[in-house]
Amino acid sequence: MNVFMIFRVAVRAIWRNKTRSALTMLGIIFGIAAVIVVLAIGRGASLNMVAEISKMGNNMVMIFSEQRHTAAGVRGAAGEGQSLTASDGLAIRRELSHLVQAVTPEVRTQMQVVYAEKNWSTTVYGCSTEFSTIRNWEVAEGSFFDELEEKQCARVCLIGRTVATNLFPNDDPVGRTIRIGNMPFKVKGVMGVKGVGGFGQDQDDAVLAPYTTVKRVLQASKFPDNVRHIKLSLYSMDQLDEAKREIGLLLRQRHRLADSDDDDFRIIDMAEITSTMSAVSSTMTVLLAAVAAISLLVGGIGIMNIMLVSVTERIREIGLRMAIGATPANILGQFILEAVVLSTLGGALGVALGVAGAQTIGNLQGWPILVEPSSAIGAFLFSALVGMFFGFYPAWRASRLNPIDCLRYE
Amino acid sequence: MEHLIEIRDLRKIYALGEEPVAALDGVSLTIEQGEFVAIMGASGSGKSTMLNILGCLDTPTSGSYLLDGIEVARRSRTELARIRNRKLGFVFQNFNLLARTTAIENVELPDFYLNRLGRSARRARARMLLERVGLGGRGTHTPAQLSGGQQQRVAIARALMNEPPVLFADEPTGNLDTKSSVEIMNLFTELSNEGITIVMVTHEDDIAAYAKRHLLMRDGHLIKDDASGGGA
Repeated sequence: MNVFMIFRVAVRAIWRNKTRSALTMLGIIFGIAAVIVVLAIGRGASLNMVAEISKMGNNMVMIFSEQRHTAAGVRGAAGEGQSLTASDGLAIRRELSHLVQAVTPEVRTQMQVVYAEKNWSTTVYGCSTEFSTIRNWEVAEGSFFDELEEKQCARVCLIGRTVATNLFPNDDPVGRTIRIGNMPFKVKGVMGVKGVGGFGQDQDDAVLAPYTTVKRVLQASKFPDNVRHIKLSLYSMDQLDEAKREIGLLLRQRHRLADSDDDDFRIIDMAEITSTMSAVSSTMTVLLAAVAAISLLVGGIGIMNIMLVSVTERIREIGLRMAIGATPANILGQFILEAVVLSTLGGALGVALGVAGAQTIGNLQGWPILVEPSSAIGAFLFSALVGMFFGFYPAWRASRLNPIDCLRYE
Repeated sequence: MEHLIEIRDLRKIYALGEEPVAALDGVSLTIEQGEFVAIMGASGSGKSTMLNILGCLDTPTSGSYLLDGIEVARRSRTELARIRNRKLGFVFQNFNLLARTTAIENVELPDFYLNRLGRSARRARARMLLERVGLGGRGTHTPAQLSGGQQQRVAIARALMNEPPVLFADEPTGNLDTKSSVEIMNLFTELSNEGITIVMVTHEDDIAAYAKRHLLMRDGHLIKDDASGGGA
């Protein structure tokens, strides 16, 4: 008796008990569907996050100032130091122009902005003229400030779309004067819509002004050259390692660090952030998949339960099959195959239900959904494995039965 | 001449409770090709144990059993299954047809395990056998749609599927009315006349009367064999 014959026998046995077979499959169907939905949502979210993060900038590298070890051995968090200056940025731009296409220092301050009777609290970013290139953020109306305005600490700004809609519900903002804090600023333009960032923040809720203006005019800083961090754009990410090394050497030299000193800055590229974020989301995916796997386990136990019942119920059939020539291996094969056919059929239906469910949830909630073929195939194969594993014990019991006892069973 | 069935000093001991019980206590006999044998005896006489061992469904505790010249007394479960499949046909008191399965598929079943015929040849042979037992038009009926006598005829057709030299019948008319019983016994007689060996267990004298040779068992012993005793 070949495998195909056993398969036919198994399929017939399943078909003879349609209702029970369908009920048995339910556990697997929902288990597999849950796995597919969870993975689709999880993968969709993490892919979306990676896409959002890379949208934040164009071959972007960030430099944060960082305090060195103090005498007490305490080290401040990244961004807390005061070592980084706008001049560092200019030096990088000048010395490493073969690697770096654009540089902007960045300072931030939370401010109240006012136009007529409207007022709005927002983040004011101080940056250079190259900010737009680095962040991949185009001006929608008007124009960006120029180098002269940057040099002269001109009171000019660009506003994000959220700020524009709140301050200028009806008017065209370009050319108007708004107050930031107590200072009047001329609105040179409105930035294009950037949308929700990878961390959930509204990126359009922002005002951009020359960093010189922010430091000297808005913050009236005693150290106008100190900046929170520097963002820069490389020509190519292929030169990332070289660029990070060159920037490091240049900054160490400018900060007059001895060979034994630690860096007083930290260079972070988008790849690092991306991998951290996707690690977080894959942890979530693993967690949810574990929950889904438990439901599959329960489905598998359901199959074992029904197969055990089936063996007892069909004990006369087993006896008859043995009497007319079925070997123990034939019986074992038949019942394992029945379990496998049940579970893979359930698996296939579960994949279909899962894909449909994931799409529906994605449409209803507006979530990004990604059904990977590998996860569908994997879930399907796993369902076959579940059938094999949980089908084995009942099948083995059936194959050990004595034909005489089976035939006499009432 | 080689005997179809030859058993020597067959014993089957069951260890029930403290006293071992001998269901078969040293039975020897031979059955030739083409014989129609009835094994008779009261319940507990050992006739069912005898049939189970002859039918390779059970193995003896001791003794030898040559079937078609081959020793089968000590074989593995798998080997016994193959022997049953190729050489033996079974007809049971309660028919033992697969429920919700058509008559023709029930008849085909033994060849699923032998896989001697192709799909169409198997179907053709099953159809021919159903005609042979007088159920030509009932191939697509399920057991629930057939009377007891018809079900038993499907079972006989199934037993003949792999052309076994021996047919074992365990109270084949036990669940049938008189009319159906006569029809089944006439069918057995025809098969016997065609040269098939039949070994039947029954406790009804009028059913046993169809057989040509009668064995009487009591307490695990063969106490009467009209082939040797009666000079037939």
